[in-house]
Amino acid sequence: MLNNTVTQSNLRRRIKLRSYLTSYVMILPAIIFLLIFTIYPMGKLIQLSLWQGNAANAYKKFQGLENYRQILTVRREFKNALINTGVYTAAIVVLLISFSVIFAVWMQKDRKINNLAQSAFFVPHLVASVSCAFIWSWIFSTDTSGLMNAFLKLFGVPARNWLGSSKTAMICIIVMNTWKSIGYYALIILSALKSIPAEIYEAARLDGSHNSKTFLKITLPMLSPQLFMLLITITTGSFKVFDSIRIMTNGGPGTSTQVLCMFIYEFAFNRPNSLGLACAGGVMLMLILILITLFDFKSLEKKVHYQ
Amino acid sequence: MAMKDLQIKRRLRNYLPNLPSDILKIIIMLIFVFPFYWMFITAFKFYNEAIQTPPTLWPVNFTFSNFTNIWEMEVSFTRYFINSVVVTASIIVMQLVIMVPAAYAFAKRDFPCKGILFGVVLVAFMIPGQVTYIPIYLMMAKFKLIASLWPQILPFAANAFGIFMLRQSFKQIPDELIESARLDNATETQIQTRIMLPMCKSAMVTIALFSFVSHWNAYFWPLVMTNNEKYRPLTMYIEKIKDAEYGLIWNNIMAANVILVIPVLIFFFFASKKIIQAFAYNGVK
Repeated sequence: MLNNTVTQSNLRRRIKLRSYLTSYVMILPAIIFLLIFTIYPMGKLIQLSLWQGNAANAYKKFQGLENYRQILTVRREFKNALINTGVYTAAIVVLLISFSVIFAVWMQKDRKINNLAQSAFFVPHLVASVSCAFIWSWIFSTDTSGLMNAFLKLFGVPARNWLGSSKTAMICIIVMNTWKSIGYYALIILSALKSIPAEIYEAARLDGSHNSKTFLKITLPMLSPQLFMLLITITTGSFKVFDSIRIMTNGGPGTSTQVLCMFIYEFAFNRPNSLGLACAGGVMLMLILILITLFDFKSLEKKVHYQ
Repeated sequence: MAMKDLQIKRRLRNYLPNLPSDILKIIIMLIFVFPFYWMFITAFKFYNEAIQTPPTLWPVNFTFSNFTNIWEMEVSFTRYFINSVVVTASIIVMQLVIMVPAAYAFAKRDFPCKGILFGVVLVAFMIPGQVTYIPIYLMMAKFKLIASLWPQILPFAANAFGIFMLRQSFKQIPDELIESARLDNATETQIQTRIMLPMCKSAMVTIALFSFVSHWNAYFWPLVMTNNEKYRPLTMYIEKIKDAEYGLIWNNIMAANVILVIPVLIFFFFASKKIIQAFAYNGVK
């Protein structure tokens, strides 16, 4: 009798162990790849940021925190890249969020033209940044075939070197990227708009609420979870901008459109013995992304209205 | 007759307030798609016409020569095109094979350290490739893999975002369904392929679509992971033919652009509703 219960519990344990083993086999490949290609490199990056070296020999000389001191106080490049990225991000956040709400409200009704508009606004999001950047750099170019100048000439506006001037280059990049992403974010807002129950609007109408008041007091608060999510996605996304700027201006003219990712790219492989500086820049970028996410959560979560 | 007239009048009266807004909408739509229209027609123009002022809005002399040009150039686009196809397809297949069992185990099975392991997935999801590429490059160089397509494929074999999304939708499948399948002696693989996947088709399609678009369009990663023309994808080809050697031959550049953009646009043309739904749904989540 006793013997029987022992073997039974033994058996049950063996079945359980086998089930655990099956589970581990299922998740093992995913976990191994994630550890090798994201978690481990992150640790490695921090380690590399304490050394001086290059791609062939990454650990030439131990530097301690010297690399951080270099990029934060001695070298101008990092600060310049940080400021440029900040300006770009601020502009993109304001433009994308306000226009995506306007577009979404504008396309809200179920009509054929609105379905068409959704597709038209959304297409640029699917197309490679490289392609978009090439098309727009031609539009802004100073060649006689540059469309922007040709168009403005119709109104008597003199030709400008849009991408070649440090005053306008960043504006061109912001215009291009706003055009590229607006349809996507408008779509997210639109599907949130459609999930707001009609009764709420009905009640507001019966209470004699005006359109603008309804929008401010009902629509916007009801959209706040999505707006909040958009804010985080757009800010962190713009801090990682690279492709479009690399094609359109490559950081120029001068360093007026140099952004953080370009700083890291430049210093990693294109300059002698500056791999550690690039890694320090990378760690800083990672810190900034974490801070933005935390800050956004802290400051906005209280104000967000969850349904 | 009079009745019908009245009806039309009423309809018109109802529609009229919409007219200014609709006209503005159409103008903005045209502005939005114009850059692509410009790309397409330039790809079919001769050089002289492409840079002519004032520009022509439709090719006067229609030509396919730009496509044959970039086909016959010393650096032909075929090599790059094949690289793009191989890399994108391998990533999607590998992700699928690795992601499905992992998402299933996280959603429906119990095991020790589940929380910590899922934490690994979430943390990995937050870490951007823009900072990890330096150590990954060094790793690839150490294993002598830089002269191959692997550096563009392996780092994306496990898709943290996909595992997370798929787990969410697996969770919504009732446990009873799985239990009864187990009673019918279904193996774990059968449960995944016969029950879970068919019920989560739309989530799968969304994830595959995201992977396709982001890896087909990838520029940064191949730029930092390759140093040999033989392993570069189509996105880098366009930059290549822009080089000083050839000058800015816009009609050739736009033809190469068309080849890069067409597969994505074809997908969008046939499934725009599904795609728009997928992207919007993902945003709401």
